[in-house]
Amino acid sequence: MEPIISMEYYLIVSSIMFFAGIYGFITRRNLIAILISIELVLTSTDINFAVFNRFLFPHQLEGMFFSLFSIGVSAAETAVAIAIIINIYRNIKNVEVRNIKKLKD
Amino acid sequence: MNLLSIFVLLPVLMLAGLFLSRTRAQVRAVAATGASLLLAAAVILCVLFMGERQAGNTAPMLFTDHAVWFPTWNIGYSIGVDGISVLMILLSAIIVFTGIFTSWNIEPLPKEYFMWFCLLSTGVFGFFISLDLFTMFMFYEVALIPMYLLIGVWGSGEKEHAAMKLTLMLMGGSALLMLGILGVYFASGAQSMHIMDMAQADIPVALQRYFFPLVFVGFGILGALFPFHTWSPDGHASAPTAVSMLHAGVLMKLGGYGCFRVAMFLMPEAAQELGWIFLLLTGISVVYGAFSACVQTDLKYINAYSSVSHCGLVLFALLMMNTTAMTGAVMQMLSHGLMTALFFALIGMIYGRTHTRDIRQMGGLMKIMPFLGVAYVIAGLASLGLPGLSGFVAEMNVFVGAFQHSDTFHRVLTLVALTSIVITAVYILRVVGKILYGPVQNPEHLKLSDAVWFERFPVIVLIVVIASIGICPGWISDLIGQALFPIVERLSIAAL
Amino acid sequence: MEYSILILILPLLGFLTLGLAGTRLKGKTAGYVGTALLALAALTAYCTAAQYFNLPRIDGIRPSLRPFNWEWMRFTEHLHIDLGILLDPISVMMLVVITTVSLMVHIYSLGYMEGERGFQRYYAFLGLFTFSMSGLVVATNIFQMYIFWELVGVSSYLLIGFYYTKPEAVAASKKAFIVTRFADLFFLIGILLVSYFTRTFDFGLLCSGDSALFASAMGKTFMGAAVLSWATALIFIGAAGKSAMFPLHIWLPDAMEGPTPVSALIHAATMVVAGVFLVARLFPVYYFFTPEVLHGIAYIAAFTALYAAIVACVQTDIKRVLAFSTISQIGFMLVALGVSGMNGHEGTGYMAAMFHLFTHAMFKALLFLGAGAIIHTVHSNEMSRMGGLRKAMPLTHITFLAACLALAGIPPFSGFFSKDEILSAVFAFSPWMGAGMTFIAALTAFYMFRLYYNIFWGKPAEHEHPLHEAPASMTSPLLFLALISLVAGFLPFGKFVSSNGLEYIIHLDVRIAVGSVVIAIAAIFAARSLYRNGTSAVPDKMAGFFGVFHKAAKNRFYIDEIYQFITHKIIFRCISRPLAWFDRHIIDGFLNGLACITGKGSLAFRWMQTGNLQSYALLMIGGCLLLLFWVLFL
Repeated sequence: MEPIISMEYYLIVSSIMFFAGIYGFITRRNLIAILISIELVLTSTDINFAVFNRFLFPHQLEGMFFSLFSIGVSAAETAVAIAIIINIYRNIKNVEVRNIKKLKD
Repeated sequence: MNLLSIFVLLPVLMLAGLFLSRTRAQVRAVAATGASLLLAAAVILCVLFMGERQAGNTAPMLFTDHAVWFPTWNIGYSIGVDGISVLMILLSAIIVFTGIFTSWNIEPLPKEYFMWFCLLSTGVFGFFISLDLFTMFMFYEVALIPMYLLIGVWGSGEKEHAAMKLTLMLMGGSALLMLGILGVYFASGAQSMHIMDMAQADIPVALQRYFFPLVFVGFGILGALFPFHTWSPDGHASAPTAVSMLHAGVLMKLGGYGCFRVAMFLMPEAAQELGWIFLLLTGISVVYGAFSACVQTDLKYINAYSSVSHCGLVLFALLMMNTTAMTGAVMQMLSHGLMTALFFALIGMIYGRTHTRDIRQMGGLMKIMPFLGVAYVIAGLASLGLPGLSGFVAEMNVFVGAFQHSDTFHRVLTLVALTSIVITAVYILRVVGKILYGPVQNPEHLKLSDAVWFERFPVIVLIVVIASIGICPGWISDLIGQALFPIVERLSIAAL
Repeated sequence: MEYSILILILPLLGFLTLGLAGTRLKGKTAGYVGTALLALAALTAYCTAAQYFNLPRIDGIRPSLRPFNWEWMRFTEHLHIDLGILLDPISVMMLVVITTVSLMVHIYSLGYMEGERGFQRYYAFLGLFTFSMSGLVVATNIFQMYIFWELVGVSSYLLIGFYYTKPEAVAASKKAFIVTRFADLFFLIGILLVSYFTRTFDFGLLCSGDSALFASAMGKTFMGAAVLSWATALIFIGAAGKSAMFPLHIWLPDAMEGPTPVSALIHAATMVVAGVFLVARLFPVYYFFTPEVLHGIAYIAAFTALYAAIVACVQTDIKRVLAFSTISQIGFMLVALGVSGMNGHEGTGYMAAMFHLFTHAMFKALLFLGAGAIIHTVHSNEMSRMGGLRKAMPLTHITFLAACLALAGIPPFSGFFSKDEILSAVFAFSPWMGAGMTFIAALTAFYMFRLYYNIFWGKPAEHEHPLHEAPASMTSPLLFLALISLVAGFLPFGKFVSSNGLEYIIHLDVRIAVGSVVIAIAAIFAARSLYRNGTSAVPDKMAGFFGVFHKAAKNRFYIDEIYQFITHKIIFRCISRPLAWFDRHIIDGFLNGLACITGKGSLAFRWMQTGNLQSYALLMIGGCLLLLFWVLFL
């Protein structure tokens, strides 16, 4: 059974998501937005895992499992990050990156 | 298991024991037991070693063992001792032992303090038993790092600054040392970092000229080589008592030990060629330290400068490169280690009572604390080289040996260094006269008490050892002389 | 004669037991223990002497024995320090002197030091001193002598500073130790030089007069003088330090701050003659190889004798008068050694020096002990607080008078005989010097009787406490020593000690003897007329007449001030302080500067570390892209 949509299309979508994520990570000033950008980057790699598994090794499932792992890890990471962000919010009443410089000075 | 490994293992076990202890009593019990075992092991080692030598075993190193732990570069845990290392181990064990009693009432965080203390002694013992240059260097670093915390946390005065200065300067020395060691290793083309293997391989003289100063200065910084000695006054002044004892008593000896074991043994040609430069520097150390000590007003500063002078004499004697002077150097290491430890212990006890180390604010203490006073006078007399105490035999070996040198330059320098015995008398008697004799300066001091048992004990141990070395030096000089034989032989071949 | 080691062991035992048992001994127990041990040691010394001097002579020469000689520490193949016992005429004679005086002082101190704080400590130190001094005189080699030389220095330090709460005593002990230590430095250098060339420390070899031993030093010069002369001169500086020769004498007058019996033992009878003993011990070396140094010693000693005698005439502290008198008398001994030759009649000087050492030890100890008895009663050292004591203290008076007569050289007291020998040796060397020494002898008689009349005659001073004679424990040693001073002159001393070991018959040179006695008696009468009543105005007039000179003499010719200037102004202020400053500010400053530069340097790169995660990420991605580009297209 040949897939109808060829691999390149999936990769193009994931590349767009990846660079959109990177762009967001670098340009956003809000911690939440940065977190969302990181999620985008992670999701794009998940897609890549699934796609490469499907197209290159159709009879195995390692890539799929890796995607599942990765989703799990990113969920945990988001939980930690949000916890940190909430704490920061409690301390300085906003979540702008430029205001967080306690460790620098 | 090899006997020598005990000396590394025991401090590690003590560390574990301390980690598990909860109360101050437990901490003290673990520390005291461990230190006693270490001392016992050192004495046993000494006896066994002399037994072997008596039985006619003339191998340069005894109790050797070898285990590779980093196969890529063939770096191994190679251990073995000769007469000098045995004596150094004995010295370290005595000072660790007495140091633990001196810090019986340390505050705050006794557990952590003793843990760092044990780590430090691991490094010291490891250094003296190692034959592999890399392992030796590693133990050397293990001995240096805890010093930073010990001074920085438990010190007094400008402790943070002193700790940082000391650590940075000694680390600077380590950097030179590492460079030198690696240089020697690659230049010799030896198959391993084992010191005996490297001695087999010939290092080109042209390269020795670069690496000898690196290694010598690297170790020399720890041995308070002029002009790299300034860490010593600040460091000693700020360190807690037992750390000063261990540092001046043992750690500074690491420097002298390394100088002849590594620098002069592996690079005899360069030592002969460049020795005169360092001889000048050490000659300056001897006189300069003594003169500087004359005008200090802080007890610990006086002792620190006196250490500069005495340790300068160690390096000075080593560079005379004959058996007698070098025997004197090793004896001076022992003797200085013991008496400076005694000094620091006493200063710590006096400071603990009067809360000042300024000699101008003390006076007439002999009447108030006769035990400490008498002990201080004995330490002072040992320091100025009274016959019957250890300082005399060491100094006489140094001076007689140095004066036998065939070169006039060396003999003239010996005369210059000799003047230190008068200057030493000046500053020692100045201190003794100011703080112990005369009328009581501060009426508050009349309420003070004399030493208690855990203070008397280490002081008595140190005095007994100092006196016994001073009265029967024969066996020690034999032990050292045998151990020096291969080194002196290499040096004299290089001189031709 | 192996038992002679007991002479060393017993006092050492005393030191250790009393030192360690410390204050646990109640009352005078410590004193009795120390005295008993020392009495045993003295007995052993007498036995040794009796046996030694009865040994048959070998070729007419007294043998030198070594009952013990252990190798203590080995330096090189040839050089090793031995600890041993060398018995020969001078060391046996010294052992007798040391143990006798020490025993007297031990007994005397039972009364004198009674109830003092640190009674045990005092006896412990006395034991240490006696041990060290005996070890010094029986040394078999020059290094053993140096070892004990240092030990006597330390015991002297401890005893001078016995009253350690008194600042003057502390300063005096410090001064004594440092000055002698300074001299010892030269002694050590001398030892090193000699041993470098001869490859031995042993007295037996050094004194054999074998020129092969010194062959390697021959012809070598340093700064225009032969190396060997340097060596022996340096050794003499060591001797001069201990024996308080000018200009190293400054410590001795101050050393009188110690307890008076200690002054009698250490600073009059025994330790201060160690220098004389050293020169005598090395006499063959001086005589055969460096005669010019020997003559130099004679001149220095003669000058010291004159200087000290002049100063003694104007001091008012009785112990200081005695101290300067000691310096002067040691000068006499060294002059005699310096002018001495080796054999027969030429060797008179050597014999005379040893003879004078012996007699002087006895009567000077007696003088000090007598002075101690007086101070004990009067509670002051100043002559002005005394006067007319002859009624209150008859025994002390008689014995003191005997000692004064002995020191003034009046027959039949012992000082007459020994001083006469010295004068005849000096006259044989140079009549001018002989005349000078006779003048000094007259000065001696003058200042001693000035002292005597001021103390025992004249107007009594006011006293808070009633005056009393000293207890028996103090007077019995006085009587014993007075007896010795009276009879010791008749000893056929030349039979026991002489320059070459052969028997030497003393015969008085009548012209010199009569001359010196007449001058001495004249000086005594001068002193009598000036000081007997204590009211004569002549002394003050004379002081006015000499003016500046008198003032200078009273201030000991400002030698102390010169030293003070050198040590405090030059060494402390011009060397030590600048060095300490240099250390703190230049060397340490340089290192701090280095640290500072490192700190500043790191600030220069700080802008790269913005702490902004996003810019890091941007840089990282840029880097990744560059790498990617490199991998894919290059």
